[in-house]
Amino acid sequence: MSEIKLLGKKPTRHGFGEGLVMLGERYDNVIVLGGDITGSVMTSYFKERFPERFFSIGVAEQNATTIAAGFALSGKIAFFASYSAFSAFRNADQLRISVAYNDINVKIGGGHAGITVGPDGATHQALEEIAFVRTLPNMTLVVPCDYLEAKKATIAIGEKFGPCFIRFGRSAVPMFTTDETPFEIGKANELRDGKDVAIVACGLMVWEALLAAEELSKKGINARVINNSSIKPIDVETLVNAARDCGCIVTAEEHQVHGGLGGAVAEVTAKNYPVPIEFVGVRDKFGCSGEPEELMVKFGLTWKEIYASALKAIERRDKGFRGLRQVKDVEDYKE
Amino acid sequence: MALEITFSDKTFENKKRNPEEFSEIALEIRRDIIKSLYLAKSGHSGGTLGTSDIFSVLFFGGVMKYNPNDPEWKERDRFVLSAGHLCPVLYSTLARAGYFSTEELYRLRKYGSRLQGHPGYDMKLPGIESSTGSLGQGVSIAVGMAMSDKLVDKNNRKIFALTGDGEIEEGTVWEAAMAAANYKLDNFCWILDNNDCQIDGRVRDVMSIYPIAQKFEAFGFDVINIDGHNYSEIIKAFEKFKSNHESKIGKPTAIIARTIMGKGVSFMEDNYIWHGNPPNEEQAKIALHDLK
Ligand SMILES: Cc1ncc(C[n+]2csc(CCOP(=O)(O)OP(=O)(O)O)c2C)c(N)n1
Repeated sequence: MSEIKLLGKKPTRHGFGEGLVMLGERYDNVIVLGGDITGSVMTSYFKERFPERFFSIGVAEQNATTIAAGFALSGKIAFFASYSAFSAFRNADQLRISVAYNDINVKIGGGHAGITVGPDGATHQALEEIAFVRTLPNMTLVVPCDYLEAKKATIAIGEKFGPCFIRFGRSAVPMFTTDETPFEIGKANELRDGKDVAIVACGLMVWEALLAAEELSKKGINARVINNSSIKPIDVETLVNAARDCGCIVTAEEHQVHGGLGGAVAEVTAKNYPVPIEFVGVRDKFGCSGEPEELMVKFGLTWKEIYASALKAIERRDKGFRGLRQVKDVEDYKE
Repeated sequence: MALEITFSDKTFENKKRNPEEFSEIALEIRRDIIKSLYLAKSGHSGGTLGTSDIFSVLFFGGVMKYNPNDPEWKERDRFVLSAGHLCPVLYSTLARAGYFSTEELYRLRKYGSRLQGHPGYDMKLPGIESSTGSLGQGVSIAVGMAMSDKLVDKNNRKIFALTGDGEIEEGTVWEAAMAAANYKLDNFCWILDNNDCQIDGRVRDVMSIYPIAQKFEAFGFDVINIDGHNYSEIIKAFEKFKSNHESKIGKPTAIIARTIMGKGVSFMEDNYIWHGNPPNEEQAKIALHDLK
């Protein structure tokens, strides 16, 4: 693992927009649908470059989702992006049946996700869609951590068969991955090694996790930092190794603490290697207007919460009951 | 005497026919519906019987281009059943067209059957173009298909979708209508089964969607009003759509078919309680007697 450096700031949505153009260059069956916010979610790049493969659907997210299904059922790789608040919820039924159940090449972009959309306020701050989208059978869900990873992830979901959802944000966030940083759907990426506590994060919280790890190291605590951008499929092996090696985990996401990345990690570890977990995220609340950095502080989405949660997780591991128990031979229960 | 159910293996050709030739086909389909629903012990009798005449002309009157031996044929026209609950009429039609054996009709809605209660694309049943069943979605999928054909592939295929009239209470169908007109989808034909029945009652009482024709006209459709049981009118309507398509009229077509729920079975006709019920043994006997 090479030293991780801050390489500037850029919104993840730029990575999405640029990734789409690259996909368009590679595959002439990629089409993109617009939902009247193409400039915000950066489908505008594709629109400018491939006007004959871009179709405006208007403010009609349900229709855009089902029309995308029609394109996919006609051999296209069909992208539709809007704000995550609307491209995961307004069209929830369409996603479930016309996209996921059909198991076809529809790719949804959930932009302006999370609290950091800022001044627009709670209506636009999607904080629940990881929970919903990851429960849909056949669905792939990625939440890239920075601009470059968003670009790689966009290309990856375009090239993977089946329904996919990519979640990205509005505001400029730290860039720290490079062309050499691996990205693969279904794989988590260990950014920093450590055996005292594992911090598993996605989206912009990965950078906060790295900052927290840096602070922890000053106390002599070596935190492992895992970028878990592939929420579904999830990398069971990397997570179980982290649980085994570190004995405690902190999850961090720009999402409700219920049902999101934290929930996914808890499901994996509870089943395979139970360890104490602390969850950093929005605590069952709606957001509100404010500047992104300000909201991250107010809603407890900074390295400081990760830092405190790491100490707590370590304490629980060291003092608490680890949950070791006798297990009946599970083979007995198999068919 | 107990009712014994058998399905013939009769298939029909898809070709131009005189109006009177469709009665035999529609009768076979209606009998299939009664038998398969009776065996399934659940399902929708009313709308399936009511649309049987339309399906007969659409699939066996040379309206649609398709090849049952090559369901994925690139040049085929496509049909999306937006009113997914009406799938028994589509299953019978596809079987009678030769897409799969009529033997499968015995197992409608049964565990392991490809004939799901609502069409499931995962079942890979030949002739099924998409999963449908959540009302309002299929027609919008069909619009996406028509856009893909007309605007990207620039081919000559035609896309058909059928919705119920209760179904158009779903706001999303109007989003689909808007997009179809906006993109001048003259390769798209929306068939509306206007039986004025839905689950809770008459459509006009549950939530009136009238006037229908004016709504579609205002959205920019070429609207054709027909009696959905009159074969000459059904044939003419599809011919009009074909000429709209060939002449590139620049508008989608809406065929508003006035139909009678449960058509052909005396005690079911125009009675909305038959929207979602199957016949029991006694009722199936009477129904099959009616359908002779
Ligand atoms: C989104 C959605 N809501 C509700 C239903 C349940 N449902 C199935 S059919 C139906 C009534 C539809 O009426 P209509 O389109 O007139 O069909 P018909 O009664 O003529 O068969 C309803 C409410 C559904 N399938 N999908």
